[in-house]
Amino acid sequence: MPRIRRLGLRPEERSERAPHFDDVFRDSPRPTLRVVDTDLELLTRLRDGDEEAFVVLVARYQQPMLQLARAYVPSRAVAEEAVQDTWMGVVKGIERFEGRSAFKTWLFRILINRARSAGVREHRHASREPHHAVDPIQFDSNGQWANPVERWTEDSEDRLEARTWGPILQSGLEDLPPRQRQVVVLRDMEELSSDEVCELLDISTGNQRVLLHRGRTRLREILETQIAKA
Amino acid sequence: MLSMRGKDIVCQEAVELVTDYLEGTLSRRGRRQFEAHLRACPNCAAYLEQIRMTIELTGTIEPNDLTPEARADLTELYRRWRSD
Repeated sequence: MPRIRRLGLRPEERSERAPHFDDVFRDSPRPTLRVVDTDLELLTRLRDGDEEAFVVLVARYQQPMLQLARAYVPSRAVAEEAVQDTWMGVVKGIERFEGRSAFKTWLFRILINRARSAGVREHRHASREPHHAVDPIQFDSNGQWANPVERWTEDSEDRLEARTWGPILQSGLEDLPPRQRQVVVLRDMEELSSDEVCELLDISTGNQRVLLHRGRTRLREILETQIAKA
Repeated sequence: MLSMRGKDIVCQEAVELVTDYLEGTLSRRGRRQFEAHLRACPNCAAYLEQIRMTIELTGTIEPNDLTPEARADLTELYRRWRSD
């Protein structure tokens, strides 16, 4: 059975082997879909058996799905299986989507259920290790910044393009502890609400906030380091 | 606000409140203290802005590139699932 593993390229594989997403579709003899088509438009086509719509949806959610699944299972391969199972469930059970929630919320719920049942470990709670949003070394003995904080929004604005920083944030996300990664992916990448995330992940609002805080501050730190180098 | 003087927050504390602030979960008093600190501290104001930009950039991460092989695999899987 073919696997969709190859979608989840590691960053080092990406640049050489993978043409840009748009190129794949530009070369396609079949009618093309724009990447910006909404989920609902794609779902309508999927109900009609449109293969292209399926491919676009999978590509759109492959990364967040793998990142979510990874928190429950021992390996990337098992996460990929959970993702693939989820898509099979979607294709076969598309009529069951009633549109009461956003498509992606429905999709993530199926995925998380599958990954949980395939999973062996689940860290329900934020680690109790001390955490610092900012390395304490950056503060003086009075708790004030030892050096000025750079404003990214002024001279660095043009340096902060998604194209440039996307891959850096992506690998930063990969390196976050699983629960932090899940929360950041759902809140900041997929823009789900706090309530939706708590329900999907079965965590308290307080726990969600702690995980979000740690994840976001870590990503900020990564960007800061890269911007300093740029 | 003389009564609050003793409870002013310092930068190292302020950075730990950023998420609670953005989530709207600080108490009214906590929020006032945090905002007062930001007004007085350009560094923490810049820090908050950096966090906001981090969130915004995370929201603009583009989907993975798709190889022709992956595309072919997906199409094949899709056909199989539809015909099962």
